[in-house]
Amino acid sequence: MSTETTVQEKAPKAPAKPLFTAKDRKLITDPLDDDNPITVQVLGICSALAVTVQLKPALFLCMGVLFVMVFGSATISLLRNLVPSRVRIIVQLVVVAALVTVVDLALKALAYDVSKELSVFVGLIITNCIVMGRLEAFALANKPGPSILDAFGNALGYSVILIIVAIFREFFGSGSIMGFNLIPQGFYDMGYVNNGLFILPPMALILVGIIIWVQRSRNKKLIEAN
Amino acid sequence: MPNTESNSYTILFSAILVVAVGVLLTLVFSWTNPSYLKSVELEKRQNILSAALGKSVDREQAESMFDQYITDMAMYTADGALVEDGSETAFTLNQAKEVKKGADEERFPMFKFQNGDTVRYVLGMRGTGLWGPVWGFIAIESDLNTVFNANFDHKSETPGLGAEIKTDMFEGQFRPKDGNAKELYGDDGSFKGIRVEKTGKVPQSSPEYQHVVDGISGGTITSNGVSDMLQKYLQAFTNYAEKNGLKTQGQALLVD
Repeated sequence: MSTETTVQEKAPKAPAKPLFTAKDRKLITDPLDDDNPITVQVLGICSALAVTVQLKPALFLCMGVLFVMVFGSATISLLRNLVPSRVRIIVQLVVVAALVTVVDLALKALAYDVSKELSVFVGLIITNCIVMGRLEAFALANKPGPSILDAFGNALGYSVILIIVAIFREFFGSGSIMGFNLIPQGFYDMGYVNNGLFILPPMALILVGIIIWVQRSRNKKLIEAN
Repeated sequence: MPNTESNSYTILFSAILVVAVGVLLTLVFSWTNPSYLKSVELEKRQNILSAALGKSVDREQAESMFDQYITDMAMYTADGALVEDGSETAFTLNQAKEVKKGADEERFPMFKFQNGDTVRYVLGMRGTGLWGPVWGFIAIESDLNTVFNANFDHKSETPGLGAEIKTDMFEGQFRPKDGNAKELYGDDGSFKGIRVEKTGKVPQSSPEYQHVVDGISGGTITSNGVSDMLQKYLQAFTNYAEKNGLKTQGQALLVD
């Protein structure tokens, strides 16, 4: 990072506009907290429930969503003046589905074991409401640059919640993180038992609820005035 | 700028998009598929070997080790009749297609592992889990009774629940522990096979426990699928062994 900044400072002609304006930065930071896709917009809950039993698949799914969102937003944004508005949802769907298929095929060929780990969940990226939601709400009306930032920010906001939920569920449900056992055998010998409820989908919903609770008590902007 | 709302433009745009996406996906598929199929084949060799050896095998070595240790293979029907088919071997047999053929026509693959004096029989199995197929390999000692090892895999079982069948916690139950191995035959000499039962349903002290492994809590349907699969393939193997007199070193078949 530091080298990049020095290069910019030494550049002879100062750019008229910094690389990331305050508005651009907000595109990335807003979805992390104030406008988080899961906890504030309540989108993408389905996959938050399904893939958070263990951290590893959750991480790979986050990467897949990030890839699909960034490239999907870039594509739709480039096509935004050409897409007939009557078929725009189908166009978005085709673009997203094509990207997801590319991710799936590439994983199978290049990282066979990872693709087995994820199995059906890669395909489920298509149905993730955040992907289509951002295409429809943002990429269709904005230039590629901001669209990519917006997609990146939302994918990160989604990932943060998924990772937090997955860490809690894997640790309490299976006693491990990333597949490594963290709870010593001695605890089990003394009668400690993994909490089976954490493995089941309802616990993901409860955890997301707790995250929303913590977030709202911290961030006053999110409290509705009534 | 053309009128993007006209019917002809909409149809033209859709057509171009679909063709473009189709071409792109075809290219990606034809580029990635060979290495995918190679991985699938190597993994199959790996799984057969690791079932017979009781330890994991590197994917790079799978091919050469397979040629070295798997000395014979056979296909048979559910009632144990040997099947001769010039076009297919037990290794190339597509079990996904076989299980759909129905009980009379399904062919069951078996691989003979030989390392010096050690002989084990590895059976390829395939069944149904909760969301999709489950499959695996189980290695039987040359007494045709003692289970040596097994491994399992699945297409789409839930991580943390049904997917636990491929963890060491589950697979390890098929390995002999403290002199107690799982056995196909009961003390009376009748076929019992291996069942997956709810943990604690059959007490460990019971003689019945040598035919039982503990299921996955929260993964009952997957566990039942694995249980049915084990019974089916072990029964077919036993029929084959009895019918074709798979005897070893002059010992009577199925000594116990």
